[in-house]
Amino acid sequence: MSDAYVTATNLDTSDTRRRERLAIIQRSLKARHARERRFKFTGLAAVLTALVLVAILFASILSRGLPAFWQATLYLDVYLDPEIVQVDERPVRQAGESPAQFRERELVWLNQLSMVNWNVLIDESLKANLPGEIESRQARDLRALVATGERFALRERVVENPELIGQTVNVKMLASANVDVWLKGNIDRDLPDHRQQLSAQTREWADHLHERGIIRNAFSTALFLNTDSRSSPASAGLAGAFMGSLFMMLIVILLSVPLGVASAIYLEEFAPKNRLTDLIEININNLAAVPSIVFGLLGAAIFIGYLRLPLSAPLVGGLVLTLMTLPTIIIATRASLRSIPPSIRQAALGIGASRVQTVFHHVLPLALPGILTGSILGVAQALGETAPLLLIGMNAFVANVPSSPLDQATALPVQIYLWQGNELRNFFEARTSAAIIVLLGLMLSLNGTAIWLRKKFETRW
Amino acid sequence: MTVSVTVPTAMNKRTAQAASVKMRARGVKVFYGENEALHGIDLDIMEHQVVAFIGPSGCGKSTFLRCLNRMNDTIAGSRVEGQVTLDGNDIYDPSLDVVLLRAQVGIVFQKPNPFPKSIYENIAYGPRLHGLARRRAELDDVVESSLRRAGLWDEVKDRLDQPGTSLSGGQQQRLCIARTIAVSPEVILMDEPCSALDPIATGKIEQLIDELSESYTIVMVTHNMQQAARVAHKTAFFHLGDLVEMGDTDDIFTNPREQRTHDYITGRFG
Amino acid sequence: MNLVLIATVLIVMALAYQVGLSRSRAVANGGVRLHSRPGYYGVLVALWCGLPALLLFGVWFLLQDAIVDTLVIRQLPVELANVSERDMQVLMRRIGALASGQGVSGEVQAYEMAAAQQMARLESMGRLAMLASMAVVAVVGLVVTQRRISPQLRARNHVEHVITALLAMSSGVAILTTVGIVLSLVGEALHFFRYISPAEFFFGTVWNPRFSTSGTGQQGEFGLLPLLWGTLMVSVIALLVAIPLGLMTAIYMAEYAPPWLRNVAKPIIEVLAGIPTIVYGFFALIVIGPFLSMLGDLIGINIRATSALTAGLVMGIMIIPFVSSLSDDIITQVPKSLRDGALGLGATKSEMIRQVVLPAALPGIVGAFLLAASRAIGETMIVVLAAGNNPVLHANPFEAVSTITVTIVNQLTGDMDFSSPQSLVAFALGLTLFVITLGLNVIALVVVRKYRQQYE
Repeated sequence: MSDAYVTATNLDTSDTRRRERLAIIQRSLKARHARERRFKFTGLAAVLTALVLVAILFASILSRGLPAFWQATLYLDVYLDPEIVQVDERPVRQAGESPAQFRERELVWLNQLSMVNWNVLIDESLKANLPGEIESRQARDLRALVATGERFALRERVVENPELIGQTVNVKMLASANVDVWLKGNIDRDLPDHRQQLSAQTREWADHLHERGIIRNAFSTALFLNTDSRSSPASAGLAGAFMGSLFMMLIVILLSVPLGVASAIYLEEFAPKNRLTDLIEININNLAAVPSIVFGLLGAAIFIGYLRLPLSAPLVGGLVLTLMTLPTIIIATRASLRSIPPSIRQAALGIGASRVQTVFHHVLPLALPGILTGSILGVAQALGETAPLLLIGMNAFVANVPSSPLDQATALPVQIYLWQGNELRNFFEARTSAAIIVLLGLMLSLNGTAIWLRKKFETRW
Repeated sequence: MTVSVTVPTAMNKRTAQAASVKMRARGVKVFYGENEALHGIDLDIMEHQVVAFIGPSGCGKSTFLRCLNRMNDTIAGSRVEGQVTLDGNDIYDPSLDVVLLRAQVGIVFQKPNPFPKSIYENIAYGPRLHGLARRRAELDDVVESSLRRAGLWDEVKDRLDQPGTSLSGGQQQRLCIARTIAVSPEVILMDEPCSALDPIATGKIEQLIDELSESYTIVMVTHNMQQAARVAHKTAFFHLGDLVEMGDTDDIFTNPREQRTHDYITGRFG
Repeated sequence: MNLVLIATVLIVMALAYQVGLSRSRAVANGGVRLHSRPGYYGVLVALWCGLPALLLFGVWFLLQDAIVDTLVIRQLPVELANVSERDMQVLMRRIGALASGQGVSGEVQAYEMAAAQQMARLESMGRLAMLASMAVVAVVGLVVTQRRISPQLRARNHVEHVITALLAMSSGVAILTTVGIVLSLVGEALHFFRYISPAEFFFGTVWNPRFSTSGTGQQGEFGLLPLLWGTLMVSVIALLVAIPLGLMTAIYMAEYAPPWLRNVAKPIIEVLAGIPTIVYGFFALIVIGPFLSMLGDLIGINIRATSALTAGLVMGIMIIPFVSSLSDDIITQVPKSLRDGALGLGATKSEMIRQVVLPAALPGIVGAFLLAASRAIGETMIVVLAAGNNPVLHANPFEAVSTITVTIVNQLTGDMDFSSPQSLVAFALGLTLFVITLGLNVIALVVVRKYRQQYE
């Protein structure tokens, strides 16, 4: 090593050169620290941006959706005029009458009831509450106040209790969607007539009834108890979609959790390490990243096209979502199994347990919280999935609550998709947001449960 | 010449050389959360000397070493009390820039940690970072002389563009030393620099340390008492967070004042 | 009906378990020591009784319809033999409806009625045959296994073999899913390519499929390029939003954030990952779209409310947590020794991160970006709602575009008719999408795995 060479270079360790170098560093420090601060600030800004975006998203959904849980509702005294409700007495089953005969007579009576012009009753009651003479040509304006489906509610009341005919009953009826929009101020009140959804007359009446407290904002049970409705948008609800989602989630839980956990156990605990299991492993990782819509195509081709399962059925939706969540559950379960230290297995094997016994008696119970968490997250993901369901016909309009997984049904996220596309924008924007709140509420509580479980059973080995 | 001497001949003990105090520690305590790891250390490090810290594992010698260029700052929840000075300036003074301090007090770690870059880039990193070499020729110069000083030049001069991780363990550690030298610090801290190396690589590093002590002050932590005996001018014995004894290496190993030191170097514990 | 059947099998299995249990106890009462505990003998009997029957049921269920259809078609009048595939499907659907007792519209032809009756007959015969064979299999399984119970029978090992086999079969489902995806996509896409040549599809620059019902003379044009271009445009915008934000978030969280901020912000950002995409789509439609459009008016650019920009931006927001959590994992895997090395030389924290940590983590981060890109390309609901569905080649991000996923939804919702190019094209598009995302995923997984090994 030649000292002569070293001293000739930059590495000179004499005090003078050292001081020079320190001075150079010192001069650069200000700029370097400024860069440091800028970098740190950029990071903080990114975090804050993400947080603000979450806040904006939730604020905009909540501010639009929460008011939709309350809906303009008419509290009317309706006189069930016997002149108009011209029906016979409700048939009573007579001695010696067969059930079929009785049913026939009852149907005749029900038929009479449906012939009744319930609208007139509602009209009369409205007229009594509105100022001035109302001519019959204004009936259209008048009827625009009440949700079209509500006359059936009146009929149901009479069916349940025929004694009411001839009496004045207090009925709670949903106002029409447009009245709700008008009274909530969701449409610009200064728009010219031709751009308003309601006629000037109806608007005036709505305001009048609102002032008199006949139209009030009441909690909307329709949103939860009714199914979707095209003719009477104000009474459209989520019950059908909710049941559809429930059926699908049951199928997902029944199929994908056992299958997923079983395959994870096999791959993690039993499978020999060879090319086949390698292939399965790569395959599962890839499946987890396959776009969800591809699973929809699979469902359309195999379940609908080949197996001829019915369109729009929660069964098919559940099967598609099962295949979609399977990789998620497998991956979560494997991670959970892997986190159990080998010492546990060795201990069990050491006292003479078989591998199956070791896994099922010792490893699995310890891995259970992790498996549960992963499964819940998988199910939550399935609950929010929309795209594949569109391809298997679950976006059909369904007016009934499905009673089995083979009935036609839709799902909560699909219902949101359908509602956001409704032409009655002003009304359905809020309604859709409300549906989103319900869906998010369900999903967040699932996710919350998962996080809580993880925290509660968190073990460090 | 008889070969009975175990101490390398290069070790021309410079204890007699009049040296000034380079670093001084007074009442240094280190806390990790509530836990006090060092209980007040007083110690002087002379310029151009090699000082070795010995002691059983967990005694606080590495912790103290890391206090000397404030590497403990990077550990969340750690706190240092007391005073450490470099050339009389308090290094824990809030106005002191830790970047500047670390340019003056370099550190080499237990496990060789070359950056996943080329050999050249590994050495050039420091000078470039601090703006010490503006032109390519200057940088080439620094890289070459640092590698020469670390005794690595002849081994790697033909493959400077290969990744630093492609070298052997001993070479990697010399690369890390060269990387530290490249910013020409005044003090080099070494945290058990040979613990991951084989005996031959260890020998090379020890020789290197001896050579470097002509230009730099070197503080090293070692597990290996023979190593301390071979390379250090002064040796400090740490035990359970206390500095038990510090003195000339020969005295510590032949004539320790404290019973605990005696027990440790004779292998009663550790 | 099928559920009842399965429940019955399960009940029978429970009974078989009891049989096996009591039989093994009886054997044991003779004073001999059984190889396994009695429960295992019970399980063994139950498995041999129930599993073959269930397997038989599954196979039967999958095959019966196809077999019955073939038999019915063979009985149809000769002149129907060479009607088009589509008419045949319609006919079979009518016959099926007649056979199940539902009415059909229009006049019922005599041969239809005959075929329907034959179909109904075959179906009920099939069911009976299935029930009978299931019963036989179950009884044989029960009796034979029950007979085999002896102290030497290693029941536990047998049961464990069956359990392991069942577990292995479960992991086969994942393989089957992939096979199903590939078969259905390739199969239907091949059908599509009988109508439209692959060259026309892959290199066509015009997308105008027309409706399947409109004149048969005009096929419509099925050019993939406008859709691919739209997909790329939206994905690139999304990545331009998500990568800087996600990466910087990850860096800040991993290197700078005080613990309290990390504890608060991390779960909140993870919430973003759990929100269904339809919600993002709605958010794009009612908040971001109008906002961008207003912003455009302000600075004098015409920005459509539903555009590539709107969709890309919101998709970017959606991917932020994905990018940040993957990057976070990767950044924290960079060993502390490298950080110490840089800091020890006097690097500031940001110099350490930019010059040492990020280059070291680069392969992993690139893998994360590829996964994010694959997710952006396959995302559906946001673009369905917010991209504007305008399948035209143009380079203006402020204009509406259409993507592969949007078009799949458009072409395949409504009627499920697998015989027109208009709906079959969905599978060709799906295949394209699958291949692209698969490619990205495989590369990403390989890169990430390599990276992990580097630091393990």
